[in-house]
Amino acid sequence: MNEASRRDWQPAASLAALEFRAAMLAEIRAFFAARQCLEVNTPVLAAAAATDPQIESFALDEQGRRWWLQSSPEFHMKRLLAAGSGAIYQIGPAFRREEQGRWHNPEFFLLEWYRPGFDHHQLMDEVEALWKTLAGTASPPELPRHRYADLLQARLGLDCLTVELEVLRAALQGELGELPGNLDRNALLDAAMGLLVGPELGLEAPCFVYDYPASQAALAQVREDGWASRFELYWRGIELANGFHELADAKEQRRRFEADLSSRASHGLASVALDEALLQALDAGLPPCAGVALGVDRLAALLMGAAGIAPLIAFPADRA
Amino acid sequence: MSTYSTNQFKSGLKIMLDGDPFAIVENEFVKPGKGQAFNRVKVRNLKNGRVVERTFKSGDSVEAADVVEVDLQYLYNDGEFWHFMEPNTYEQYTADQNAVAEASKWIREEDVCTVTLYNGSPLSVDAPNFVELEVTETDPGVRGDTSGGGGKPATLETGAVVRVPLFINVGDKLKVDTRSGEYVSRA
Repeated sequence: MNEASRRDWQPAASLAALEFRAAMLAEIRAFFAARQCLEVNTPVLAAAAATDPQIESFALDEQGRRWWLQSSPEFHMKRLLAAGSGAIYQIGPAFRREEQGRWHNPEFFLLEWYRPGFDHHQLMDEVEALWKTLAGTASPPELPRHRYADLLQARLGLDCLTVELEVLRAALQGELGELPGNLDRNALLDAAMGLLVGPELGLEAPCFVYDYPASQAALAQVREDGWASRFELYWRGIELANGFHELADAKEQRRRFEADLSSRASHGLASVALDEALLQALDAGLPPCAGVALGVDRLAALLMGAAGIAPLIAFPADRA
Repeated sequence: MSTYSTNQFKSGLKIMLDGDPFAIVENEFVKPGKGQAFNRVKVRNLKNGRVVERTFKSGDSVEAADVVEVDLQYLYNDGEFWHFMEPNTYEQYTADQNAVAEASKWIREEDVCTVTLYNGSPLSVDAPNFVELEVTETDPGVRGDTSGGGGKPATLETGAVVRVPLFINVGDKLKVDTRSGEYVSRA
């Protein structure tokens, strides 16, 4: 065998890290079992894909049919909820193209769960309880919760909804150095959160960010006051979870899907099949609920104090 | 013109920014779960060594810098320029003071140096990590002192001055680490 084809066959994770990860997963399952939340498994290989222009799914063609590796179990889990499953959770792999780095791997593990009857605040309570169980701590008594707009106001001294684009850009460039020229308002807000505010959040205990601008609603409900009922959990500057008071309106969901698809087309991104099954499920009636997805690799890495997810993954992409 | 996409970014990659060649020092992929992905990179300007931070939209492309590292043999200095040769093709290259910089303290004719070429011209010259040079000037050696404690300055044949143990004499050949500028041993 020549040197070029020689590969490192050994796992990236130590045995101790794999044991830690396994113990954490067992604790998560015990947590949900005690709360009467049903573990489910939904397809990894799916007939439809996420329409979100920021998420690229892996596509496979098989016998004249196109399949996608799922980037999130959300749509299938909502179909279960519409069918009357009650509270459900799932732990499993999700796939996203072109996402690789210290805190990203194209194949990663998600813990996703849904709570009928909860809003995003009640679900934050449960995320907090889970974190405290896993971290083995009761302190602080309450994890801090910050409104998205307040964080941007405090850090940059501006109103994220009304600030002029050039003012927002100048404020960010003052902190981050030169930014690419082709960023719209949402991309600038992503830069603010992802590059500046986020990395400074939850440096001790984790904290929540909640109520996002409507343009950043993703699959959350947008309330009459104009804010999206969405939250994220940050710990040591890393985004660990993203949750919604779920959008249940089939018409609004279709509108957002179609807006996504036209955005994909105008940016030259791959077109994907819109999930008609989800829309039918929403038509049939999704119970009012909140749901959240949490990065399992990141959670294990942060609990272990690792500086990235690779030490918690047996074979990350470069060794897969 | 060749380009690199941000997903090819890794440390050591040479790219063009604002008309200058840069080397990527560090590359961090940052992506909100729902939102725009960025590559936050630290880059070193290969002309002046300054390190700056830049942000790219993931998926964007940047021009590749025509920068290669080659091993060249140092031939001679004509008073203004340093002349190097590719030992296999005999192709010659001329480097100026800016490019040779610190390396001029260490190199002798026929030494093989790592030269960074930008658009075919020397941008920087790295002396071999270790060189063996003769002492041309130093205080007389102190017999019996091999402890290496204390020390004294010694001028080498290239003009470089290094700190050496007291037992070193004029005419001794020394092994020197060019990265730290420190005496290693007698050669």
